[in-house]
Order: sequence, then C-alpha cells, then structure tokens
Amino acid sequence: MIFPAILVISVIAFFPLFKTFYDSFFKFGLNPIFERQFVGINNYVRLFKDPRFLDALKNTIVFTLVSVALETVLGLMIALVVHQPIKFRGAIRAAMLIPWAIPTAISSQMWRWMFNDQFGIMSRFLEALHIIQPGTPILGRPGMAMAAIIAVDVWKTTPFMALLILAGLQLIPEQLYEAARIDGANAMQRFFRITLPMLRPTIAVALIFRTLDALRVFDVVYVMTRGSVGTETLSVYNRHVLMDRAFTSASFGYGSAISVAIFVIISVFAIIYIKSLKLELD
Amino acid sequence: MSISTRKILKNVILYTLVAFILIWCIFPFYWAVISSLKPDKDLFEVNPRLIPARVTFENYIKVFTERPFHQNIWNSIVVAGSTTLLSLAIGSLAAYAIARLKFKGKVLVMTLILAVSMFPQVSILGALFVLLRNMKLINTYPGLIVPYITLTLPLTTWILQNFFRELPKEVEESAAIDGCSRLRTLWSIVLPMAAPGLVATGLLTFIAAWNEFLFALTFMQRPEMYTVPVAIALFKGRSQYEIPWGQIMAAAVIVTTPLVILVLAFQKKIIAGLSAGSVKG
Repeated sequence: MIFPAILVISVIAFFPLFKTFYDSFFKFGLNPIFERQFVGINNYVRLFKDPRFLDALKNTIVFTLVSVALETVLGLMIALVVHQPIKFRGAIRAAMLIPWAIPTAISSQMWRWMFNDQFGIMSRFLEALHIIQPGTPILGRPGMAMAAIIAVDVWKTTPFMALLILAGLQLIPEQLYEAARIDGANAMQRFFRITLPMLRPTIAVALIFRTLDALRVFDVVYVMTRGSVGTETLSVYNRHVLMDRAFTSASFGYGSAISVAIFVIISVFAIIYIKSLKLELD
Repeated sequence: MSISTRKILKNVILYTLVAFILIWCIFPFYWAVISSLKPDKDLFEVNPRLIPARVTFENYIKVFTERPFHQNIWNSIVVAGSTTLLSLAIGSLAAYAIARLKFKGKVLVMTLILAVSMFPQVSILGALFVLLRNMKLINTYPGLIVPYITLTLPLTTWILQNFFRELPKEVEESAAIDGCSRLRTLWSIVLPMAAPGLVATGLLTFIAAWNEFLFALTFMQRPEMYTVPVAIALFKGRSQYEIPWGQIMAAAVIVTTPLVILVLAFQKKIIAGLSAGSVKG
C-alpha cells in the first residue's frame, strides 16, 4: 500500500537528488555545445572562492536568524494575547490565518506596492515617523531592502507561529496556574516558571521547522528584489546559476554543486528536527 | 487603584493589542483591495487615501482583457486540483499502512517521507528540469502535477496517518473478521470515518500546490501556461518602466479572496491539520 508513495518520491525526489550530486563533479551546460568534462571536486573548491556565493550564504544566515527570532518572540507574545478570554476569539484566529494563506509571491507584490518609493503607503508611514527620508527607495537600498524582505516574511509567518504556540498553550493544565497563584506566584513568575518550560517542546519544534523554511527562502526575495542590493539568498543564486545561465554557459555542474551545498546545510537542521520527533515514529 | 479600574485597564490594553494584531494581519489585503478599486489617477497620488474617493472596476476588466489571466487561473485550478486528488489517493494508502500495519522498515519509510518534506526544493530543481525536459513535460500540466505530488505527499501522508490513528480500531477489526480486505476496509470504513480529516488535509494540500512558486516559475515557461503566483509575480506593463499596479492588485484580490474565504470557513479544521502536521508530530 505504501509502494505508490515510495515510487513517486523515489523517481521525483531521490533520483534528481543523486543526479545533482553526480552532476556536481562535471563542468557542462544544457546547451550541447558545452562538452561534458569531469572536474572532480573543483566545483566545490570554487564555492569557497565565489564572493557571490559567500554573500548569498551570509544573506541567508542574516535573513534566517533575524526573521526566525522575530517570528518566535512576536509569535509568543501574540499567542499570549489571543489566549486571554476575549470576545470573537474564533474570528480573530481565522483572521490570523490570512497572511499565511496568501501565496508568498502574491503577498510580496502587495508589499512591493506598499513599499513603492513614490506612492507606497508604507513609505509614507515610515516618512511620517521620520524613519526614512522622503523619496527613499526602500527596496533599492542595501540593508533597507533586506529589512523590508524580513518584514514581509515576519508578517506572513508570525501569526502562523502564534497559532502553533497557542495550540501548545491550550495544552497546559489550568490547575498548574491555580496552584501557583495559591502559592503566591505573580504573573511574571507564572510565565517563566510554568508557561515557558511547558511550551519548550512546542517552541523548539516550531523553531527548527521555521529555520528549515527560512534557509531555503526564495519567493519573497525573488519577487521583491530579484536578489539585487544585497538580498540574494542561496536559493535565488542557485536558481540563477542553474536556470538563467543553463543554455548560455557551462555552469550547470557548478550550479549542481551549490544545490548540494544547500542540501547539506539544510540536512543538518532536518536531522535535528527528525530526531526531536523520533519518539512518535514508533 | 480599585479592582474594577484595574480590570478595565487590563481590558483596554488587551483589546488595543488585539486591534493591532488584526490590523497588522489584514491591512495589506485591505490595501490591495482598495488599490485595485482606484482609478489610476487616484492610485498614483502622493498621499494615498485610506478610503477610495472614487471606485472603478476598470482594473478587474483589464486583467482579463489585456492578458491571459483566466487561463492562468484555469492552470492553477487544474494543477492544484489534480495534485490534491492524487496526493490524497496515494497518501491515504500510505498513511493507512503506517497507522495500522506492522511491517519491516516502517521507521525508515517514515523518515524518508519526512526527509522529503524538508528537501530544499532548489536542490533538485536542475536535475528535475532535465528529467522533465527529456520526458517532454516542460510547459505541460503533468510536468507540474507530478513534482507537486512529491512535494505534498509527505505532508498529506503525515497528517492523514495522524487522523487515522485517532479512529477507533474496533470497527476495522470486526470488518477484518468478517473477511473484509485491507483495501476494502480503507475504502468503505476508514475513509468515510476520516472524512473531516480528509477535507482538512485536502485543503492544506490544495493551498500548498496553489501557492508554490519555484517549480511553477521554472517548469512553465510560456505565459499562457503560468500558474497564478507566477503570472502575478511577472506582470508586465506596456513599457519596461510602467508597472500596472492597479491590475496587479486586482489580480491579487481575485485569487486571494477565495483562499481567504476558504480559510475563514475551515479555520478550525486547518488549525487542527496544521498542528497535527507540524507540532504534534
């Protein structure tokens, strides 16, 4: 019964993965004028000397660290607010799913319009707060462009993170809090002694899961800046080398090496994630 | 401060925070709606109005008359719809086996399936492109549906096996005693009982396939074959310098409104499915 699933996954996922690994030892392009040449580990050596790859690596790390940290902290705060006994809780939770449901490519376009340097509402808003000078092209300035991209990712994912944490919050037995109140624990103590320790497994899993996602970020960067002004991430650079240059240069082997590098980086986190779920596999 | 003023103060802070959260979540969507309804003259105003002074549906008409957007929507429906149905069919078989049968290498199979869900898509992009090109599947529906099934299958299987586990075992056992085959049990007993779970899983799969960008961008290279996210991301104006923002926003609203309605209608199921899929394990 499990055979069809394994078959599809093997042909479409594992076979291309091995092919990528194999291809990474050659120099060739998709255009037949480039002859296939065995180059051994040269493509991998080249990685360490490629400033664009190293920048992409750095950008990916910055993006991942900042966005995941913000999403976790804000997500926790929102979850605590929404966990309070408030009216319309169901409706609020539903509204929080909206940013998650909108395709990233489309919400990136929405935000690109809001960040428009002349007519964008966000630009006006940031000008009014004196955070930026009037007429600043937010998506055209190094640093700012990355901040904007992170903002979009945080917008999209934080409510989702909050919902996951909320699910964890609802599993904490109320008696624990009552007992703590009787013992005279204040709100801060209750949060740090009960809520946070009880939420640790939920947060840990959500954190690794989000990290995996952030490390392979593509859509938001591609749509908002195409990877210009210091925002190119590994996936964006990888796609550029593989596809944009596929027929015009012998870069397919090198692109495959980048793919393998990304795979290795993400695998480390994936292994941690699977290990933390191990118990449930029975 | 008396207890009642403290309580009022607490409520004021609480509802202010809730208001912030709601505005934050909804505003970009609201702004897309507003922008899509403004005539160009009002859209390109230095101080944009929060409520449009004039409303026009011009952008909505242009999206369908000046470009093949209806074709793009149809592509997305075909691709995401087929992906969902096939993924549910293959996934429920696998999920049932994992939830109920004992077999060798179960942990290995589960680990493999999980591993695929964590694949960086870009890592197989190049090789998959060559594979699909050799099979002449670039710019065809199957060329996108098959890779999508692979992407969604881990999620579908994982969530479904969670739902299957929660079903009472006794009914299936008595069916087995009555001589009902495994497949038959799955089809006429397990699946009907798990119907709400199937709906939730199907919805998540559909949204995942509808939203996918990287494969769609790479494997569909003709504008009339673009899926919706790609079409909207690559919207071009008449000249290089002109970006048709009004139309982009109209297109964005057209395709996100059904998603938003679906999410609002099924939010409980979606949250259940999501937490089954990622956090609970």
